[in-house]
Amino acid sequence: MDFKISQEQQDAKNQFASFVDRWVAPYADKFDEQQEMSGELIRRMGQEGLLGSMIPEEYGGSGLDALTFGFLCEEIGRGSASLLSLITVHGMLAQALIKWGTKEQRQKWLPKMAKGEVIGAFALTEPDIGSDARNVKTNAVLEHDRWIINGKKRWISFGQVADLVLVIGQVDGKGTAFLVESDREGYSTQGITGMLGFRSAMIAELSFDNVSVPASNMVGQVGFGFSHVTGTALDQGRFSIAWGCLGLAQGAMNASLQYTSERQQFGTPLKSHQLIKEMVADNTTQIRAARLMCYNAAFLKQQRDPAFIMETSMTKYFTSRTAVKAANDAVQMHGANGCSDAYPVARYLRDAKIMEIIEGSNQMQQLLISRYGYEQLK
Amino acid sequence: MEHQEVISKSRNFICQRISETELDPGLDIFECGYVNSLFAMELVLFVEKEFGVVIENEDLDLANFKSLNAISQFVGKKLTPA
Repeated sequence: MDFKISQEQQDAKNQFASFVDRWVAPYADKFDEQQEMSGELIRRMGQEGLLGSMIPEEYGGSGLDALTFGFLCEEIGRGSASLLSLITVHGMLAQALIKWGTKEQRQKWLPKMAKGEVIGAFALTEPDIGSDARNVKTNAVLEHDRWIINGKKRWISFGQVADLVLVIGQVDGKGTAFLVESDREGYSTQGITGMLGFRSAMIAELSFDNVSVPASNMVGQVGFGFSHVTGTALDQGRFSIAWGCLGLAQGAMNASLQYTSERQQFGTPLKSHQLIKEMVADNTTQIRAARLMCYNAAFLKQQRDPAFIMETSMTKYFTSRTAVKAANDAVQMHGANGCSDAYPVARYLRDAKIMEIIEGSNQMQQLLISRYGYEQLK
Repeated sequence: MEHQEVISKSRNFICQRISETELDPGLDIFECGYVNSLFAMELVLFVEKEFGVVIENEDLDLANFKSLNAISQFVGKKLTPA
């Protein structure tokens, strides 16, 4: 296990940080308030190659190694959790296609996704189905070489603007994945506002009313949509979210360090008070542990080691809790200021809570991790 | 790669993740409920990394992964030049 960061990786991290400081962080609160992500920013990310970061070079992406991709997610997560969710869901579709797409699907979509000409989304959850994902109700029937898809998907990040959606449905009760283009007849999207966090993630409910796609739009095989296609997408999603949580936690911590250095109470800066030091010490330590777990997950992902899957589950579980604690403590250290929109820490806290729910709720992670714990005992 | 070597390595990997210490080469691990969605992908990564093969879209068939014998036959097929 080698966590050495090369100069090239460090340079890339610095570039991502500069991008976020210039184009994301200063506007994240405005996006949050407007409950909309800037189309200009998404286009800029495409132009800068950030939307192709997880796509191999042969398809026009930058094919970043796992650690460098993690750095990208960390920096974006530090600036805007909503924007991180774009990298996440776009990457989930890309990863599903890279692994299980046909040659034709990969050649058709990945170059466009790499440039940001096509924005991807991942549609698993439904109005009545969350964690119980195997029982999605969306249904597909094969008629004359075309799949006819009916159903609804809900809580779909960037579903308001996605051009291509990976939809998980049932074929005769067997989980199966499909590509659905947003211009298909019968496809519609309804934006969801009023969210606690991820307010500018363009979350939507998608409706499929007899949407007809070619048979060639199936990804993987009938019956492998949940176990393998979704599994691949969620592994990618959890990795991205874990690193984004690290960035969010670091962002909250940075805000706390700055605020407690400047704010004076009882004639001294807040940072000189022992109970502030306790929170700073706990968060500094937890963030360090989260970072090491993220490095470990990146190392395993790069090696394509089977342990990557469980380690990433544990990493997402831990980093999301770290993010909640760091953001919660940041609000506490900011006092009333932290409860207002004058500082970003309230947004950090609202977004951190979402991190404990998306890409498999932390309770689902706990079920998996506890079983894994018993397996290790043998 | 020898059939027995694939069987042995696969058995070691699978037994680490299920509540069994022995595994009959013909036992259907999917029918027995040993394989959840997480483990299904772990198995894909294991077979690819351990035996140097790439599992692709058209390989997604339970018949290729349902037992130790099936995995061994699949690996043998993938490693045989077309």
